[in-house]
Order: sequence, then structure tokens, then C-alpha cells
Amino acid sequence: MAAPQAILATGAERRPVAGAPAPEPVLEVENLQTVFYTRGGLVKAVDGVSFTLGRSETLAIVGESGCGKSVTALSLMRLVSDPGRVVGGSVKLDGRDLVGLDEAELRQIRGNDISMIFQEPMTSLNPVMTIGRQIGEALILHQHMSRKAAVARATEMLHLVGIPEPQQRVKEYPHQLSGGMRQRAMIAMALACNPKVLIADEPTSALDVTIQAQILELIAKLQRELGTAVILITHDLGVVAETAERVIVMYAGRKVEEATVGELFARPLHPYTRGLMNSIPRLALMRREAGPVVNRLAEIPGIVPALSNLPPGCTFAPRCTFADEACRAQYPAYAEKRERHWAACWHSDKLPGAAHD
Amino acid sequence: MAVIDHQAELSRAGANVHGWFGGLLFFARRYPLGAIGAIIMILFLATAIFAGSIARFDPFTTNARISLAPPGGEHILGADFMGRDVFARIVYGARISLAVSVGATALGCLIGVAIGLMSGFFGGWFDLLVQRVLDIMQSLPLLVMALVMAASLGPSLPNTIIAIAIPLVPTVARIIRSNTLSLREMPFVEAARAVGMSETRIAFIHVLPNTLAPLIVLATAQLGSAILVESALAFLGLGVPEPHPSWGRMLSESAAEYVRTAPWLVIFPGIAISAVVFGTNLFGDALRDLLDPRQRI
Amino acid sequence: MTEAAPPPVLEVEGLSKHFPVRKGLLRRTVGHVYAVDQVSFTIGAGETLGLVGESGCGKTTVGRTIMRLIEPTAGAIRLDGHDVTRLGKSEMRPFRRQIQIIFQDPFSSLNPRKRAGDIVGEPLKVHGVLAAKARRERVAELFERVGLRKAQMDNFPHQFSGGQRQRIGVARALALNPRLIIGDEPVSALDVSIQAQVINLLMDLQRELKLSYLFISHNLAVVEHIAHRVAVMYLGRIVEYTDKTTLFTRPLHPYTEALLAAVPVPDPAIKRAKRVVQGDVPSPLKPPPGCHFHTRCPYAEARCRQEIPALREVEPGHHVACHLR
Repeated sequence: MAAPQAILATGAERRPVAGAPAPEPVLEVENLQTVFYTRGGLVKAVDGVSFTLGRSETLAIVGESGCGKSVTALSLMRLVSDPGRVVGGSVKLDGRDLVGLDEAELRQIRGNDISMIFQEPMTSLNPVMTIGRQIGEALILHQHMSRKAAVARATEMLHLVGIPEPQQRVKEYPHQLSGGMRQRAMIAMALACNPKVLIADEPTSALDVTIQAQILELIAKLQRELGTAVILITHDLGVVAETAERVIVMYAGRKVEEATVGELFARPLHPYTRGLMNSIPRLALMRREAGPVVNRLAEIPGIVPALSNLPPGCTFAPRCTFADEACRAQYPAYAEKRERHWAACWHSDKLPGAAHD
Repeated sequence: MAVIDHQAELSRAGANVHGWFGGLLFFARRYPLGAIGAIIMILFLATAIFAGSIARFDPFTTNARISLAPPGGEHILGADFMGRDVFARIVYGARISLAVSVGATALGCLIGVAIGLMSGFFGGWFDLLVQRVLDIMQSLPLLVMALVMAASLGPSLPNTIIAIAIPLVPTVARIIRSNTLSLREMPFVEAARAVGMSETRIAFIHVLPNTLAPLIVLATAQLGSAILVESALAFLGLGVPEPHPSWGRMLSESAAEYVRTAPWLVIFPGIAISAVVFGTNLFGDALRDLLDPRQRI
Repeated sequence: MTEAAPPPVLEVEGLSKHFPVRKGLLRRTVGHVYAVDQVSFTIGAGETLGLVGESGCGKTTVGRTIMRLIEPTAGAIRLDGHDVTRLGKSEMRPFRRQIQIIFQDPFSSLNPRKRAGDIVGEPLKVHGVLAAKARRERVAELFERVGLRKAQMDNFPHQFSGGQRQRIGVARALALNPRLIIGDEPVSALDVSIQAQVINLLMDLQRELKLSYLFISHNLAVVEHIAHRVAVMYLGRIVEYTDKTTLFTRPLHPYTEALLAAVPVPDPAIKRAKRVVQGDVPSPLKPPPGCHFHTRCPYAEARCRQEIPALREVEPGHHVACHLR
């Protein structure tokens, strides 16, 4: 039987992952600090996070629950609600500091220059408004289009995101669309005004794996066509490896490692990153040909500490196999250990050269 | 970042609260009106319990000579047309009001919980039937229902309590039923079924304790409402009968005849009723805000 | 060997579950959702069967139907050779000791108002197995076994982390010494590093206690790690059923290929030749005729649209439901 292009060819090839030169920055975040005032005390959800995002670049922020990645994203657009508050740092979009702006000015930026998509498309879309109208909202608000022009453009956007029969869909309500379609509609909404930055907060975590692949492919395609810079927030290292150019790893509210994607996976320099990579089961197809079959997944013992009660020194020390007195005494300096590869660890040099040999 | 800024916000959020006394103070600062309501309710309770020690006179003793005496002297709130001390009647009346409000609310909640739980848990034709009966009950105004019940049962303290409890049942049953419906599908209930637990045991051990939370706020608000209903019943001669000193009846007996000649007979019972209802409402509101999971705390 | 092999711990044959779709004021039945359609498989002692598929495939319904939490419409369920498909409540009760379930959500699978120790001890109480003191000792033993401390028995669920709550769920499932535990996405709601802990725990327990698992999950990598055999489901039907190694290295059904192609590789240095399958999962209310997957299958032919492919054993131990294999 002659098959059309196979869904899955056997074998996998290695490809060199070149580090691209750093593009010109569109977003510069410096020393961002967001806290939550809770009954249990002060929670430093984001504790001095800095990074830059280049034009058309894809940056992934990866970490587990409670690490602060979602709060970081919300803080960029000042969408953090009570009892949380952004208390320090600067967020410069094309040189303009967003932290100092008032609500009215920020509203002009949201949806226009910076957009965001969320994990749950069903709760992020208004169930009683048609898709067309929701996409059109941003267009009418920011680009002052007429209702008619907005609907036409919304239809174009739906076509761009790969929704079949867009003229029909634009008049439908969210519940009439499947999960994957809703996520596409949300992407259409976010990109309608051609923003400079798109923040995607776990955009595919609630989707089936085959739909996830479609959405990731779509985001990559749109990014190429529209030149949008993307901040992708996720806990899935597979998604990171396939879509990101640079990666930031967060733990307990701080950055613990930052590098290009190839560097990070080849040589993680922070024990947490390494622990994460070793604890994921990998499909046989994905293992390097001579890789061993793992019988027991490497565990990171213990649990993430409560943010209101962080240990002194390195916050990862209680769970780290390399921890010593120096680690417990002082939080490690965030330093450039290799070219364009930073980590906050006193013992980066002790980690094995490659991640999974 | 100045540490002082954080501290102010933290205190507002309730961090640094130690012990139950600290918790009380925090509640009082955060919900001052609720604290006032709580104080009123405590005073109400204390008055009812210690009525004997508070009142100098006996509320039942008549004394024709001091009939309609104005407030002052020994009888600080005056005397009624039979020469009974108004202060004593108010103080002892607190007992009746307490009995009626707590009794009616408790009875109404008990029946409502039972019906709501069974209705929600077992569903089917039973649920359908019960819901339609509750629909009928709810379509009648609460007061009218209480009236009809009181009139048919006859005046007595227990009958008054029942008459006020019954109209409360549909509201309670609905809330418990809707909670039960959502809890029924929860994984921990499925887990109990997977172990082989009988449906009845599951209903009482797993579902019931988790449905009761919203009831607390509802019950608190109903306390005041029950007193008002009793007053209304008394106004129409259907409330708690003689010789029990009932605020409602005191009000109703005096309202028409004595409001100009002996206004104290109307004012003081009125204040008493208003104060207690006000207090329960304030406290109920604060409690609802406190327990609402979507609020800050 | 002349003696007959012991019956498998679980044998499911032709299991089906149809839900009526009711519309209108009088709730007339206008159609059916075939949530589970003729599913058959067996699980032996100490073995794990992974049941994979995406949303709407029916894998969760299979788990619940086997537990008799949902009543099957057709088919047979046999535990250790005993047919339990239509047993009444009291007859079913002793069998419930043989088969237990772990749920996905660590937050709603534990009663928030009961202490952890009571939650784990409840199965023992319901079946009247041990006296109070002995029960408490057994619960303490179970706590230690799943990696929790005895002292935590008196805590309430909200005092535990997600991973710890899932361990409590595992302890509860173990309480009656079952032969088979159904895990309904038991690690999907956990953080990656905690997933590893719970997966290791489940595998350790399997070795120690010769437990069998029906491991329901959408995460292929986890299933490959923990399962011995795997069944892939799509819209209520099993489309491929074989041992783990074969499934993951030589998949035959186009849907299995699609799943494997879609899983993102956590290694940027590896590039696979693959193609992302388009289209949405059809609604279970209106499944496509013939082979359910034909609407998205790049190899689909006319026959696929008309005829339902039967699950056939195309090589020893490898069953596929596809006309083209």
C-alpha cells in the first residue's frame, strides 16, 4: 500500500542547534517584584526577575506550580489582582516603562501592543458573545474600526488561525466550537491588533495531545508571518524543546537558569533543571539510540517550599543532592557560567556535562 | 522596598493573627458592623439567660395601682395597663424571642436539611414530587403560611415555633439539595461507592457535612426574621399566647390604644425587636463575607 | 503443563456503554452516545495495562464501568474468572475488595472534612475487616508504605500538598489488599517532579505486592514507562492493542502514529520526520460512519468510510482495527 507522507517516519535524526544571535529587544524586564498579602504572611511570588525579549523571539518560562511563572506574565500587564500587587521593578516595552503608567494608558496597551492567551479557552471566552464580536472588540477599541470592518477582519483572523468556514464561525458562540477551535479563536483575538508581544500562559495544557501539536504549529507559523515576540509559559519541557529559542527556568519566585534551548537541554547547570529533565519519562522514539532504558525515574525528593516560609540561602537546597553549607548560608549569585548561559548555583561545575548520557 | 508598607497590607490581610482572641480582634477590626451585630446578639442571649437576675420585678405580677405608670423610679421603663413592669416583661420576653427564633430556625433547618439531602441524593420521582411541593410552599408568602399554620394549630408556644419553622423549609431544602447534587458527583463520593459503602451511609457521612456551610449564614439571618414573623403573628392575635411576655404581643396590644397615652408601651418592645433583628442581620452579613471563598481571606 | 493457567485478574469482553440522548420537554430518547463500544482486554497478575486516548475516547468510562460505578449496557466483566457484570449490590460487595480505584484530582478525591487516617481506614471500616485498634495500625502501616509519616494521619486533606494527597489516595486503594487497581489519570494533575515520585511508588508497590494496574492516561511517555501492554482507544473503540515495546516502536494504526507524532520531544537536538494530523476529535454524539478515524486519517480510502474495521490480530499479540493493515 503506497502511503502518503507518513505520519511518523521511523528513527530520528540529530540536528545541530545553533544559538541565534541575540535580536534587538522589544521587552525589557528588570527586577520585577510581585507580592501577595495573605493570612499566612508575605508571599514573594516574583522576587526580582529580569529578562529581555527580542523582536520575533520565542522565550519560554518553565517551572512547576507555585514557581511564579504565571504571576510574572500577569505582572507584565499589571493584571495581578488583590491580594497581589506589583511592588517593584520596571517593564519596558520598546523603551516605554509600563509600571509607571496609569490604568487608562495601560488599557491602550493591553490587547494592542501586548496580548495574552490563557490555558482554559472555555472560561476565557464570554459564553454569551459571538466569536466575531469578541475578536472585534479589540479591533474596535484599539484600531477604531467600524463594526462592519471589525467583523470582516475577524473573519480574516479566523481564517489565519486555521478555522474552517470562518464566515459561519464568526457568528457562532464559544460553546459551539470544540476545545481546539476555541483556543484558535483566542489566538485570533490576541493577534487581531498585531501586537508586538504575545504572552501564552499554558496555551495547550488543557488540550488533547494531537490538538496541542496543531496549536503549537499554528503559533510558530503565526509568529513567522506576523513577527510577534512570544513568551510561552509552560511546565512541559517537550513543548519548550519544540517551540522555544531561549528558556528561563523559575523556582520559588526566582530565575534559577537561563540559556538558549539547545544549551539548556544539553548542559543544564542548575540541579533543579537537571532534576526536572531526569524525572520525565521519555518515549523510546525520543531517546538517543543508545540510551539506556530507565527503570526508575530520577526523583527530586521533597516538595516546593511554601512561598511564605522560604528557607534561608538557596531555596532549592533542601531538595538538592549537591547542597552544602555554602548553599544554605547564602542564595547563590546569578552568574554567566558559559556563553549566554546563566545559573544561580554554587555548584554548577559539579553537574555532568550532558543532560542524559 | 520599605518594610512598613508591607506590614500595613499584611495586617489588613490577617497575617500576624495569633490565637482565638487575636482572631476575634481581627474580625472586629475587619468587620466593625459585624462585631456590633455580634455584641447585640450576645447581649440578647445574656438577657434571656440571666433574666431573673436582671429584672427586679416579676413580669407576671399585676398591680392595678401603677397601671400605665410612665418610665421612672422603680419601674425604669414604666408599667403596662395591668401594672406589670415593662422592663421585666422586655427582659423575660427575650427568652420567648430566643426560644422562638432559635427553635423555629433549628426546626426549619433540620426538616429542610433532611428533605434537601434525600431529594438531592436519591433523585427520581421522590425528588420531582418534593420539588413541586416545595414550589407550592414557596409560592405562598411566608407570613400568609405562618398565619394559616398558626390559625389551624392554635395559639401556643410550640405551635408558634412550628408555624414559623415550616415556611423556612423550602429555602433550606433548596440550598441543601443543590449542594448535594454537586457533591454527589465528586470523586471522593465515587471513592466511597467504589469501596462498597451503602448510599445512605454515603449521604450522611460524606455528603451531609459538606453541604452545611452555606446554612450557617442563612440560619443566622433567619434568627431575626423569625422574631419579626412572630411579632406579625402576635399582631394578629396568633402568636405566643398569654401569659408569656412576648415582644410582639406587647407591641400589638399597645399599638392601637396606647400609642398616644402611654407611648413607652410601644417604643420599648419596638426597640427590642429592632435591635435584635438589626444585630442578627449585621452579624449574618459579616459572616457571609468572612466565609465567602472568593473574598480575600 | 497440564494444569490450566489461573484465570486473568481482569477479563473484559465486548464491554459497551451507551448513554441515551434525551431531548425535549418529555425527555424522549433521540439517539445514543456509544461511549464505550465493544471493548475487550485482559490483565494478568502483576501486570499493567495502559489505556490511552484523548478526550471523548471513553477510557474513563471503561474504568468506571469495570468498577460498576456505571452500569455496562452490554458485555462481560470477569474478576479472577468470576462474572461480576450483573451482580446486585450486596453480591458485588465482596468483589469490591479485589478492585480499587485511584482518581485524577488529588483535591476532590478526598473528603475535605475527614482526617487522612480516617479516609484511608474507611474501606476497612466498611468491610468490617479489623477492630478499631488493628485498623489504626494498618492505616499507619499503609501511610509508611506510601511514603507519608504516621503522624500525618490526623491531618486534614488541605494540610497536604497535591502529591501527598495522591499518596493518600493510593493508600486508600491499598487498604483492602486488592488484586487490581484502576488508576484514572493518577498523575496527570501533578507537577512533573511529583509525577516521578508517584510513578516510582506505583511501580514499587506493583513489584512488592504483585498488583495489577489498569493505568488510564493520555500521557504516552508515562504509559510507556509503567505499562506492560497498551490499548489505544478512539471514540469508544480500541484501535490498537499490543505489548508496550511493539506499540511504541512499530505502531500500526494511523491514530497511534498520530499520537506519537504529536507528543513533543523534550530534546531540541532531535528532529523527527512527522506530520501533524489535522482536524478535531469528532463529537461522540455524531461519530463518523465506518472507521471513526477516517475523517482525520491521511491514508483513508472509500472502504474506511463505509465499513467498521474489526480488531484483528495481525501479528501474534498485536491487534489492530484498520482496513489497511
